[in-house]
Amino acid sequence: MAKGIIRAKAKAKGGNTSVKIMAKHDMETGNRKDKKGKKIPAKYIQTMSVAYNGKKVMEANMGTAVSKNPYLAFTFEGGAKGDQLDITWIENTGNTGTETAKVR
Amino acid sequence: MISRRSVLKAVFTGGAVAGLGVLMPSIALAAWNKAAFETDNQDTAMGALFDGAPSASAEVNLKAPDIAENGAVVPVTISSSMAGVKTIAVFVEGNPNPLAAQFAIPAGTKAEVSCRIRMGKTSAVTAVVETASGLFSASKEVKVTIGGCGG
Repeated sequence: MAKGIIRAKAKAKGGNTSVKIMAKHDMETGNRKDKKGKKIPAKYIQTMSVAYNGKKVMEANMGTAVSKNPYLAFTFEGGAKGDQLDITWIENTGNTGTETAKVR
Repeated sequence: MISRRSVLKAVFTGGAVAGLGVLMPSIALAAWNKAAFETDNQDTAMGALFDGAPSASAEVNLKAPDIAENGAVVPVTISSSMAGVKTIAVFVEGNPNPLAAQFAIPAGTKAEVSCRIRMGKTSAVTAVVETASGLFSASKEVKVTIGGCGG
């Protein structure tokens, strides 16, 4: 999984913007075994941060106990329709990605 | 005069700095705490993350199901009416790694986050809210029935 794993919905209402993010990711814990009994190496998102106008509005550090396809919802003050959010994720393997979402 | 060497040097230094920025955008708030995330003991995880133990508070609101039919996806919402919330952390006591997630809340962001966590078995879920004035927690027992009749 390289690019395009994030689905985000951001909605501005009454001076606040509510953000819902779902990342398509298996969040492999490293405890699971495959059919041959070999451990599947851990592969999960460690950090997901959301920036609005260059200012960080949320940073989530996740462990292996976050479910598959992690979901994150929060609200921040400010934000207007048409603005852009930058969502950056970092995997434990070192992979990173930045995706953007528009406030609606 | 700009020589080829100085141009290359500038490009490399700039690239290195930009690379660092991409790798470590989290440094300003809270870096991913390896010791806290990888320990199998909840107290150790809390010790690695905070100084001191949290005290139970009614102002920390942990919303989680009483019975989770599927332990792989347990929705939780943590909110707090307290001012100046800096971080919110979620622990699942019975998991192999109790620390599930930690959220840094910058000023201007509401102290309310929702996420979905995994639970290996029935256990207590604890939310810890860190404010300028200390650590506060709320916890709740969540029953996990995997594959059963769903409670």
